[in-house]
Amino acid sequence: MSTQSSSASVLPNFDVEALRRDFPILAREINGKPLVFLDSAASAQKPRVVLESLRKTYEEEYANVHRGVYWLSATATKNYENVRKKLKVFFNAKDEREFVFTKGTTEGINLVAQSWGRAFLKAGDEVLITALEHHSNIVPWQMLRDQIGIKLVVAPINAQGELIWDEFQKLLSPRTKLVSVAQVSNALGTILPIDRIIKAGHAVGAKVLIDAAQGAPHMRADLQALDCDFYAFSGHKLYGPTGTGALWGKKALLDAMPPWQGGGDMIKSVTFEKTDYADVPAKFEAGTPNIADVIAMGAALDWLSALPWDAIEAHEADVLAYGTGLLRAIPGLRLIGDAKEKASVISFVLEGVHPHDIGTILDQEGVSVRAGNHCAEPVMEFFGVPGTARASIGMYSTRADMDALAAAIRKVQEIFA
Amino acid sequence: MSDLRDLYQEVILDHSKKPRNFGPLDHANHEAKGHNPLCGDRVTVFLDLAADGTVKDVHFQGSGCAISMASASLMTELVKGKTEAEARALFGKFHALVTGEEQPAGDVDGDDMDRLEPLTGVREFPMRVKCATLPWHTFIAALDEKRAPVVTE
Repeated sequence: MSTQSSSASVLPNFDVEALRRDFPILAREINGKPLVFLDSAASAQKPRVVLESLRKTYEEEYANVHRGVYWLSATATKNYENVRKKLKVFFNAKDEREFVFTKGTTEGINLVAQSWGRAFLKAGDEVLITALEHHSNIVPWQMLRDQIGIKLVVAPINAQGELIWDEFQKLLSPRTKLVSVAQVSNALGTILPIDRIIKAGHAVGAKVLIDAAQGAPHMRADLQALDCDFYAFSGHKLYGPTGTGALWGKKALLDAMPPWQGGGDMIKSVTFEKTDYADVPAKFEAGTPNIADVIAMGAALDWLSALPWDAIEAHEADVLAYGTGLLRAIPGLRLIGDAKEKASVISFVLEGVHPHDIGTILDQEGVSVRAGNHCAEPVMEFFGVPGTARASIGMYSTRADMDALAAAIRKVQEIFA
Repeated sequence: MSDLRDLYQEVILDHSKKPRNFGPLDHANHEAKGHNPLCGDRVTVFLDLAADGTVKDVHFQGSGCAISMASASLMTELVKGKTEAEARALFGKFHALVTGEEQPAGDVDGDDMDRLEPLTGVREFPMRVKCATLPWHTFIAALDEKRAPVVTE
């Protein structure tokens, strides 16, 4: 176990304490103890700029978008559409119109399934996923299977929680029309080799969708270099507000896809006989969108862009490795998922203690973790556990958080001794 | 820590580690499954219900947190030998006690309530109330099972 001081980052050029001051909630206490927030994989806390943006929109610049000729509506529209430009830069995409705003990754995947899937897949076509997927990258394909008869194929994982590459390759064939995989497993933290997956998928003529819900907050994506076909992420895990996110897709694909919801804002003209749809991305954004939250997601992107990402990734890796070492040394604790390449997540079980009891006792110590199946029941079944306790870190997490986690776990063991 | 010790009293820990009446019941004539998808608690309750409505025997099986397992274990000890009406009345009181709702009318054995007292710590932990009540809801579902065909309106 390291005896190094754990109060601050061990890395030069990165002042985690300064970063933490940007997050007002991190200063609060829970049950009389300083908050140790270790559930960033479920949703990240928000920096002050996001809160300020929400306030500013509603207090000074709010009206519906794409409608009014008046100043407020024009300003809200400009602020809203500017976020697409920010996304283009942040993810190095070719064209800002390739970003469709969604309420999160789940909606992005459902959009691909219901629009692209229903239009371009037929009975017998295969969608290949992995055994690590979140329910949101399983259920939409099962729904599509029941609607049009596609086949859902699942690539297996090994005991460490890593994709078995040989098996994955064997499952690829000309019948594979879509490969849809998580960049990072939400339940285990495993990083999937998406570069290789994208190349291998394309080699058999399949399209590739990356579920970046857990990937986007921890590693910058260069969409042009990555060359996937779809990339879905959630704004609220990327330090922005809930109800935000985007689906990125290659322009030619989005152009060819039919709309999936009808309504206002997604049309060029409507008569009772016929409707001409708007171009992308408006075609996929029926109804009044989540204006203020999207604008605040833009504020989060600005804030994130100004940060030293290399240093943040190194900091997160350090905290994760430090915490993993601490927990590994606790007798009776079993890490669930021990992949070589991991991000953010430490999933574990304690001998003789149900994860839910761990969660309650940790909370009394001020430590917020998730306990349960993490919307990944097949993963839990694979490891033969009903659920796990999951500590997941964000860029504001520290070695001290890991110390507090380990101390709280020992408390659990005292109570259940 | 006082709150935690209220929740995880010795009785709770003991029953969760060594659940009574655990496992299937060969001569069961009623059975129901309960599931809490939030935490993954699963419990199956097996009943041997006599023709006169007496709970001749009751077992449970499942996996879950200490609270749900202890609650199930205590429940089996308490409802065994009771009539259906007595068992229902006891659940009514217990449910009110852990949810903080108004006590339903009717008398139950004071000793039984004393034995359920260790579970009342969940009142301070709203997320855990369902853990304590899941086995009871499942027990009631098992009781209702036989009547399902006749109560259809």
